[in-house]
Amino acid sequence: MSETLLSVRDLSVEFRTRHGIVPVLRGISFDLAPGEMLGIVGESGSGKSVTAYSVMGLLEASARVTGGQALFGGRDLLRLGQGALNQLRGAEMSIVFQNPRTALNPIRPVGAQIADVIARHDPAPAAIIEARVLEALRQMRIAEPERRASAYPFELSGGMCQRIGIAMALACSPKLLIADEPTTGLDVTTQAAVMDLFRDAVRARGVGSILITHDLALASEYCDRIVVMQTGQVVEDAPVAALFARPRHAYTRKLLRSTPSSVDSIEALAPDEEPVAPSATLPFPAPAPLPTQAPAPGGPPVLEVRGLCKSYVHSRSRAFWRRREVARLQAVADVDLVIHPGEAVGLVGESGCGKSTLSRMISRLIQPDAGEVLLDGAPIHGIAPGRFARLPQRRQIQMVFQDPTESLNPRFSVFDAIADPVTQLLPRQGAAALRARVEQAALQVGLPLELLNRYPHQLSGGQKARVGIARAMAVEPRLLVLDEPTSALDVSVQAVVLKLLTRLRRQQGVAQLFVSHDLNVVRLLCDRILVMHKGRVVESGPAEQVFNRPAHAYTRSLLAAIPRLPQLQEAATP
Amino acid sequence: MREKLALLRYILAGNPVTLLALAMLVLLLGCAILGPALVPYDPIATNTASALQPPSATHWFGTDQLGRDVFSRVVVAARLDLAIAFAAVLLSMALGSVFGAAMGYFRGWLDTAGSRGTDVLMAFPLFVLAMAMVAALGNSVSSVVYATAVINLPFYIRLARAETSIRRDMGYIEAARVGGSGHARILRVFLLPNILPALVVQASVNLGWAVLNTAGLSFIGLGVRAPTPEWGIMVAEGAQFIVSGRWWIAAFPGAALMLAVFCFNLLGDGLRDIVDPRSRT
Repeated sequence: MSETLLSVRDLSVEFRTRHGIVPVLRGISFDLAPGEMLGIVGESGSGKSVTAYSVMGLLEASARVTGGQALFGGRDLLRLGQGALNQLRGAEMSIVFQNPRTALNPIRPVGAQIADVIARHDPAPAAIIEARVLEALRQMRIAEPERRASAYPFELSGGMCQRIGIAMALACSPKLLIADEPTTGLDVTTQAAVMDLFRDAVRARGVGSILITHDLALASEYCDRIVVMQTGQVVEDAPVAALFARPRHAYTRKLLRSTPSSVDSIEALAPDEEPVAPSATLPFPAPAPLPTQAPAPGGPPVLEVRGLCKSYVHSRSRAFWRRREVARLQAVADVDLVIHPGEAVGLVGESGCGKSTLSRMISRLIQPDAGEVLLDGAPIHGIAPGRFARLPQRRQIQMVFQDPTESLNPRFSVFDAIADPVTQLLPRQGAAALRARVEQAALQVGLPLELLNRYPHQLSGGQKARVGIARAMAVEPRLLVLDEPTSALDVSVQAVVLKLLTRLRRQQGVAQLFVSHDLNVVRLLCDRILVMHKGRVVESGPAEQVFNRPAHAYTRSLLAAIPRLPQLQEAATP
Repeated sequence: MREKLALLRYILAGNPVTLLALAMLVLLLGCAILGPALVPYDPIATNTASALQPPSATHWFGTDQLGRDVFSRVVVAARLDLAIAFAAVLLSMALGSVFGAAMGYFRGWLDTAGSRGTDVLMAFPLFVLAMAMVAALGNSVSSVVYATAVINLPFYIRLARAETSIRRDMGYIEAARVGGSGHARILRVFLLPNILPALVVQASVNLGWAVLNTAGLSFIGLGVRAPTPEWGIMVAEGAQFIVSGRWWIAAFPGAALMLAVFCFNLLGDGLRDIVDPRSRT
């Protein structure tokens, strides 16, 4: 290590919390060479962001560095005061934050914000600073930099904001740049564009950079070397090629096998086995299955959607005496969709493509403008959502929501959460029968019964996701609408939930509409895929066909933008 | 339960002022509940022989122009003042939270009408509005309760509406709808319990205002009437004696008022810390 830009040795950090002192980092060590791009990969809570914040001196008040050093240009960053760090930050080292919108000052034009950084570290006449701002924007390939410089953050897209963030971080030509999940909130095609720009800018200046991400595939595409972190420790540190050829640590292998793009079928996804309580050992008689109009094999589809449309009022020019010029945004335009019993259909698209609106119209949460929704051949689009909630048909379509935390009432215990739809949608039954049904639903999704008395804040993300699925399955629906049920979860938890959903479909025969932005996940789970773009279905077909022989240009661009893992070698598995 | 106690201890350790506020609250409530049984003198019995005596060992807070014991009157008055404040705040909280939550949940014309209505109410100088209401409703304790409740109403409507607006599109509300709950049940079971903590914080702060408002009304001769012991009346009566150096008649009930308002405001701060989820990490 003759040439090292940043050398972190035995970095330990602890947090002061209500439950006492919690060690967050335990002896982190790694080196970064000038011009190198290092990926720090780990799941949430692994301490990857805390590592970055410790190096930058940005830890919050409850955190304390308990040991180690971070040598940068011959100085130990951990021993520097805030005054000295202020001299370094922005000039010698900078950081790109996760959410570009909150990282930018909302009431100042973006150009002025970049100018602030330059003026702070490199004072110059205003005209020179302005020229440098425009140059920085041009390097991020921002069209019409003069006009964009005077724009406010809310006038720019998320991807554009993150480009501004990178331009700001690079404005004073730092030697070290840390990017903390820079593309996590962005669409996959935007992510590819931003990451390409990031890599090019960093390469062109020879900046040593650290990319912090939860996405192993993203890190493998852009980084030279990857550090894998787990619970505050570095478990593996290797060049990209070596890491994927021979992952040494068990956790790295688990992470690799949990990444949907690394496997060909849901069975190959880690974990291999899942503890399922066989119904023979149920501590109660299983509740009798609910009466359902049993569909004849090859019979009518469980759900049929014809020509569904929905538009939202986009902007309304207000005039006091009359309403005029209502601009409408067509969220969903003329969508047809058929789902057969026991089938899994994937609905894929980027944010704003209308997939959430469509799933909410199918679940009868919002009212379509036009078109038909038929449940078991019976039209339900004419029933107002408020009234549909009280009808027996409500039971047949259940939904699992995106954010497992947000979709649970903080004041309901797990038992209450699962029991609530049962008490509302099924005929009145005794307390014992209710408990039996709730317990069966919990066991079905692999939720230990002792968790039933807990509250959402006492559960992990994966457990909350299971509660959400158990709540929907407890009333034995015919169709389960899943709205990005795994997008808020870590990959290893996502793998568990995906396997669970597949098992439920095979055992219970519930049809599933799986809404996601992630083609890789949908490919594993679904028989058929629909690709949505700007409110329309641009392509549909069997999963393998859409994935391997995409017909529409948009599908191809979507597929091309997905970061891929290098080909795993068979030697990787022990 | 044990976890809740541990949380309480953690929060109180970080905010000892809340502990002080709790101690003051216990003192005030103690006066209100047990006061009339404990005080050494009858608060309305006059005794002109011992009028206008300064504080001493027999009369701790001195006596007023009619020879009544100021200490006994200050302690006994706590019951009436706190009862009016609690009743008024509970009334406005109950009405305001339901109405505000319905406005935030249903939006539309109900929200528009309700919001403009609260704006109109807020546009009045609130104390003048309370004066007018007591004058119109008749000079009684219940009028003071109604007037205080009405002038506090906009705060609860606005808060309940804002808190409901944040939550109405959250996943668990949609999940409740998918789970077969109608609008009324969603409001009652899912929304009101979740916005209650914020309302309780607001109520604590409003209690202080309500006490002040009650005292203010009786100070100008509305609502409670002499000789009933009440802090506002006592300050009004004592005010004319301050120039002649008999400060104790007005000062002690004034101090009691200050203590009550101070207590409820500090308590509001403490409750906000307890309710704020960020302190639960």
